[in-house]
Amino acid sequence: MLRSRIIPCLLVQNKGLVKTTQFKDPKYVGDPINAVKIFNEKEVDELIVLDIDATAEGRGPDFNLIRNLAVECRMPFCYGGGVTTVEQAKKIISLGAEKVAISTAAIKNRSLLKEIGKAVGIQSVVVVIDVKKKGILSGGGYEVYINNAKEKVSIKIKDLINELNEIGVGEIVINSIDKDGTMQGYDIGLVELVRNITEVPITVLGGASSYDDIKNLISKFKIIGAAAGSLFVFKGKFRAVLISYPNKSEKKALF
Amino acid sequence: MIGIVDYGSGNIRAIENIYSRLNVSTKVISNPAELKKSDKLILPGVGAFDETMNQLMTSGLKEELDELVLVKKVQILGVCVGMQVLANSSEEGSLKGLGWINGVVKKFDKAIFTHKPYLPHMGWNTIIPTKDHPIFKGLDYDQGFYFVHSYYFSCQIPDNVLATTHYGIDFSSAVLSDNIFGMQFHPEKSHYNGIRLLENFSKL
Repeated sequence: MLRSRIIPCLLVQNKGLVKTTQFKDPKYVGDPINAVKIFNEKEVDELIVLDIDATAEGRGPDFNLIRNLAVECRMPFCYGGGVTTVEQAKKIISLGAEKVAISTAAIKNRSLLKEIGKAVGIQSVVVVIDVKKKGILSGGGYEVYINNAKEKVSIKIKDLINELNEIGVGEIVINSIDKDGTMQGYDIGLVELVRNITEVPITVLGGASSYDDIKNLISKFKIIGAAAGSLFVFKGKFRAVLISYPNKSEKKALF
Repeated sequence: MIGIVDYGSGNIRAIENIYSRLNVSTKVISNPAELKKSDKLILPGVGAFDETMNQLMTSGLKEELDELVLVKKVQILGVCVGMQVLANSSEEGSLKGLGWINGVVKKFDKAIFTHKPYLPHMGWNTIIPTKDHPIFKGLDYDQGFYFVHSYYFSCQIPDNVLATTHYGIDFSSAVLSDNIFGMQFHPEKSHYNGIRLLENFSKL
């Protein structure tokens, strides 16, 4: 039987790994290649690496880093950050990444997604949607952000996902800006909203604080991608850096 | 030496890297004339059926591969789309496949799934061998392999099915005909199991 995927999500800034809280206050957590080596040993299901500076700095993907990560990864590897052209996406796949994640460029220019899908295969195209919950006073619901949560866009999340369904993508990563780094649990309401309107695999990011959060997510949605940053890089309330991941028996207990 | 056929698809380096750690010599080959130096071949694959066939034909690799695989009986392992092109045709494209193993590549029918997500079939799933074959020696069947695909190989000859996997239906996740192996999953991205399977292939 197909199992849900439990996915560490690593953020890159200045060639180092960081972990943010609500997309701010990056804390240095280590070296990317070293982290991949540890995650290899722990046999993680998949790995997402996002360069959080690339788009904000207006530069393209760091191909050297991607090459070095892809060679090391013995698990499927998804890379995102600064992808704005078909050529860049093709190069990322040819360097050995299984998937290329696109966020700002995809939301600004949906026709780019179609072209990338044609070039690398739809199954390799991942769209990351950064969302923030609106206050009750502003009517509730969610708003979509780009540029590393610096810029709000007018498109509604439902309309965006309907368009992605139409275009055809391999996976949608739903990233909660409010929950990022807070370790307060996943935003289940947000996952429900998205699950109801798309058939493609979705991966949830933002808020996981324990294996129980992952277990609950899986028991509710059966097959889902459960991603986390803080949970897999920090230990204890003082957030000491320690890479962890459920071992085989801990993992079995989650399904 | 294992020749890894390079027709512009990804995943080549991951395979190379695993073999280099196992001290098995490999060579990435894009020039058809160099293929015959290989003791074994791997045909990797990420992408679409027609694009893969197009690249194999325009590069001249197909002609040379036909000779080596069908006449000289060199062992070959096709991975993912590299497995699918072993078939006669695919619902994904209009070009003919290599036709080395009788079968057609079909798209999963969404109506068979009871809950979302439907496609692609993405993630870790188990395989059930239909035969006791040395390529499966020492695998951890609980752990399974990494899959990502929306099309599957439907064998015309049941004896060509080497393993099955359940996703809505039981489909052929590994096929074998004589010296020709195909695997729908990605051994190069399946941790210990994948390493073991690639090692087993090198020792056949």
